[in-house]
Amino acid sequence: MKETKVLGIVFSNMHDEYMGEITHNRTMASVPFGGRYRLIDFTLSNMVNSGIEDIGVITKSNYQSLMDHLGSGRDWDLARKRGGLCILPPFSSANSGIYQGRLDALAGIQNYIKRSKARYVVMADCDVICNIDLSKVLAQHRESGADLTLVYKRERSKLNRSSDTTVLCFDENGRVNDVLSSPESDGEHCCYLDIAVIEKSRLERIIAEGVARNKKSFKRDVLIAQHATLDIRGYEYGGYAVKINSMKSYYKANMDLLNLEVIDELFPDNKPVYTKVRDEAPAKYGLNAVCANSLVADGCVIEGEVENSILFRGVKVGKGAKIKNSIIMQGCDVGENSNLECVIIDKDVTVRAGRSLMGYNTYPVYITKGSTV
Amino acid sequence: MTRKKECVAMLLAGGQGSRLYTLTKNQAKPAVPFGGKYRIIDFPLSNCVNSGIDTVGVLTQYQPLELNEYIGSGQPWDLDRLNGGVFVLPPYQKSSGSDWYKGTANAIYQNIKFIDRYDPDYVLILSGDHIYKMDYSEMLKTHRDNDAACTIAALQVEMEEASRFGIMNTNPDGSIYEFEEKPAHPKSNLASMGIYIFTWSKLRHYLELDEQNPNSSKDFGHDVLPAMLEAGERMFTHNFEGYWKDVGTIDSLWEANMDLLNPKVPLDLYDPSWKVYSRNPVKPPHYVAQGALVENSIVTEGCFIAGTVDFSVLFAGARVEDGAVVRDSIIMPGAVVKRGAVVEYSIVAENAVIGEGARVGMRPEECEDKDKWGVTVIGSKVKISCGASIAPKSMIDTDV
Repeated sequence: MKETKVLGIVFSNMHDEYMGEITHNRTMASVPFGGRYRLIDFTLSNMVNSGIEDIGVITKSNYQSLMDHLGSGRDWDLARKRGGLCILPPFSSANSGIYQGRLDALAGIQNYIKRSKARYVVMADCDVICNIDLSKVLAQHRESGADLTLVYKRERSKLNRSSDTTVLCFDENGRVNDVLSSPESDGEHCCYLDIAVIEKSRLERIIAEGVARNKKSFKRDVLIAQHATLDIRGYEYGGYAVKINSMKSYYKANMDLLNLEVIDELFPDNKPVYTKVRDEAPAKYGLNAVCANSLVADGCVIEGEVENSILFRGVKVGKGAKIKNSIIMQGCDVGENSNLECVIIDKDVTVRAGRSLMGYNTYPVYITKGSTV
Repeated sequence: MTRKKECVAMLLAGGQGSRLYTLTKNQAKPAVPFGGKYRIIDFPLSNCVNSGIDTVGVLTQYQPLELNEYIGSGQPWDLDRLNGGVFVLPPYQKSSGSDWYKGTANAIYQNIKFIDRYDPDYVLILSGDHIYKMDYSEMLKTHRDNDAACTIAALQVEMEEASRFGIMNTNPDGSIYEFEEKPAHPKSNLASMGIYIFTWSKLRHYLELDEQNPNSSKDFGHDVLPAMLEAGERMFTHNFEGYWKDVGTIDSLWEANMDLLNPKVPLDLYDPSWKVYSRNPVKPPHYVAQGALVENSIVTEGCFIAGTVDFSVLFAGARVEDGAVVRDSIIMPGAVVKRGAVVEYSIVAENAVIGEGARVGMRPEECEDKDKWGVTVIGSKVKISCGASIAPKSMIDTDV
């Protein structure tokens, strides 16, 4: 048994409330992204590509679509006899109830953590799109001797109450000396990417203390409250990373994929992003099809015009239809001569022939799953 | 103790496929890529699963490495089963000596023990070089209804092509009274598709007889079927209507790929009730750049297109850079067509690189001597240097 075995813990429901209707019937983790993925694919693939073979996915509500997506975990190579993928639904007895924060959720899986033979734990949410080598974060964590290592990205941005961002401040030795939750601030920030590394025994102590003092929130009760007593350090990630915390940032992150440098960085050959296999036939382009600056998944049949858009698996685009600056999710049927611009269309929507829908790039129109326009 | 199966399929995948030349230099024919994301063997394997047959023996012999790796546990076809599933069956050493598979019948003969483990009533014999979608359960029903010893799937072909096939002459009830292998003067146009269902006890008997016959070439079409007919066994045809193509030659492989682009060809890969399964490449969706032109084509995940693609099939991870033109061609996984290169009427095999400004192949109307025209093939991993020109009908398997 390798001494440095690592346990991955994924929070699938954090940030659900920021995404509006898109997470009405699904978890943040199962939000479709980039033509064929769900947000959790990036988190799981990062862990798998970094050699983590034991992963627990903590769920809270609306996790049907997530369970359907993950199955046995085989598509991420996580269907293992030892370890592998473990879906952890809320564990509630008569007097508990659904958990209220990460610390509370971790308390609910104390036994799962205790049973693991791992020495380290990597915890991650599903709201960040990046392709990060976690083994480097682990290596830095071991070398620095920190109690807790938080992955962050330096970026210039204007933050406010609704931005759902945790900002880290460091002293001259690189230790975290302040943690701010969604401050009103403009300038360069070190934004926490919701990926943390900690020794398992340390995490178990933190959980036990949390239970004893009825503390629920990892951010409020550990990061903010204990940064003076815990040795918390940062790992700066310099690559492409984007946090999805609103419909607008979701739209923008998808559109970022039309930039070749972003594609190359997110989907390198040696660190592929795994997802559920759907066995679609390749995409087919008809006579007079027009396609420019777009990402098209398998199973699509394109007979109209597609520009600056992302087409998920199995989308049909009828003759004379025009799709521009849009995200069309799996299984949608876009009728002949229809016209779509700046729209986000959820799964299995039918757009009848000749219909027009138009949003604006800072305010895309969202169409609910399964509806008919 | 293995549980009994009604029908076990045996897939003959050992052929060298020498008429595919450089494409089968390092891999068996059934492993040759087809239709954007498939390999030829995906079609019979998917047919088996979709027809409810969950025990398949794949008989390999020639260059089995790639095929073995591809089939793996059988999971992509849902053939990783507790009881049954897919098994790769190479020739093996026995206490009485060892032998290569000497013919199609001998290959099955050498695996009698494998088939006996499932104690099947029927055995379905398939070959690994045909592209088609077929419900074998219907054929099995025909076989049972006729109380036949052998049922052969049959297709009506053009009379002038009939001499290329095994031709069956039948009575009005579908029973076969004569079987002619590639006859010079065919009496009917009912061709054998190389798909047989046998009642296992009968086949077992005739395989043993055939093995003792020193003059036999150990082949189903040449030896076993005629012997059964001569002995008066009940043999019937099962008529198949739909798309079926033997992809044993460069031309037919190219044509079958192009057939996928023809809306009139009845081979629907988009039917959710009869999916063709394959081992999926783990690639992002394909990207089409500004200024690219893609028409009448099939494009798979992981492709990058900045140039012009017309009437072509692009496999996973193929790249067509800006200013490059790909027409009437097949670009296999990972192949790259560099800036300004022109590829016409060609098959570019896996990971080949066509250098900047190179010209590969030619349209038939541009070729003065029609006899010299044909589909050009660029072998796997071959590099064509910048500005080079590759004549039509050539087969390139070293860097140019």
